[in-house]
Amino acid sequence: MQLINALLQANTTAVATATGTAADYFPIGIQLLFAIGFVAVMIGGSHLLGPKRRTADKLENFTSGIESHGTARQPMAIKYFLVAILFVLFDVEVIFFYPYAVNFRDLGWQGFGEVLLFVSFFLIGFIYIIKKGALIWED
Amino acid sequence: MSITEILFWFLSVLTLVSAIMVLISKNPVHSVLWLIATFFAISGHYILLNAQFLAIVNLIVYAGAIMVLFLFVIMLMNLDVAIEPKRSMWMKFAGVISGGLLLAVLLSVVRTSVDLTNKTAQLNTGDIGLIKNLGHTLFTQYAVPFEVSSILFLSAMVGAVVIGKKN
Repeated sequence: MQLINALLQANTTAVATATGTAADYFPIGIQLLFAIGFVAVMIGGSHLLGPKRRTADKLENFTSGIESHGTARQPMAIKYFLVAILFVLFDVEVIFFYPYAVNFRDLGWQGFGEVLLFVSFFLIGFIYIIKKGALIWED
Repeated sequence: MSITEILFWFLSVLTLVSAIMVLISKNPVHSVLWLIATFFAISGHYILLNAQFLAIVNLIVYAGAIMVLFLFVIMLMNLDVAIEPKRSMWMKFAGVISGGLLLAVLLSVVRTSVDLTNKTAQLNTGDIGLIKNLGHTLFTQYAVPFEVSSILFLSAMVGAVVIGKKN
């Protein structure tokens, strides 16, 4: 009951001030706690309740039936890193859309032009990446 | 203690503990996972300071993307236990001394700064960190730096492709 009251209060303050204070994040905090708690309870529960028969064969690493050899500590190909770094760049691009989306109406055509220029620079970069074949996986 | 204070202390302890765990974990992958916990705790601090955009950016870019990059860097390197470089006692000693000196300098700067004396962090006040106000400032007052940053991103893309691709 208290929880519901707190939730309702958080909602009313959000409507009243319309600025968004830390208190508005209370429902998100509750959701986060619930998500973490759910996962922890499920994993912990299945760990505690499930049957366990530990034999040498069962504890072996599963490698699709092939005999495992060597360690997992193999240096991996640079192309993973290239994809990751390009992902970071486009991720940062997306970040700039959030403040624009909130202010979309206020900024009007001027803001639209700014964002269009911004995106066109990224599009040039994207075309360059495609042309260079940086995203082609097979060598 | 109010809820904000409890949250502040909880997040501070979480930040410090996970930051220390980043340093003392033997397994580099565990270090990265603790670093993610640190970023989440710092995002909580940002929300308490009403810097919501910063909190979301911190989660999406740092905890999401940069950490993937860190993991890939760890996997690119050959981190076998056998070839782990042994650092001498003197190196550790010098590291502790220099790190301690840096901490002392930072603490004295914060303690004696005119702007910071007798002031606490502004919890729950100030509204420039809200997404709407920040976006408005960014797209009107700072429109030119915003466009210049896209050229920076373009150069970063070209640089990554040139370094990462052989031909």
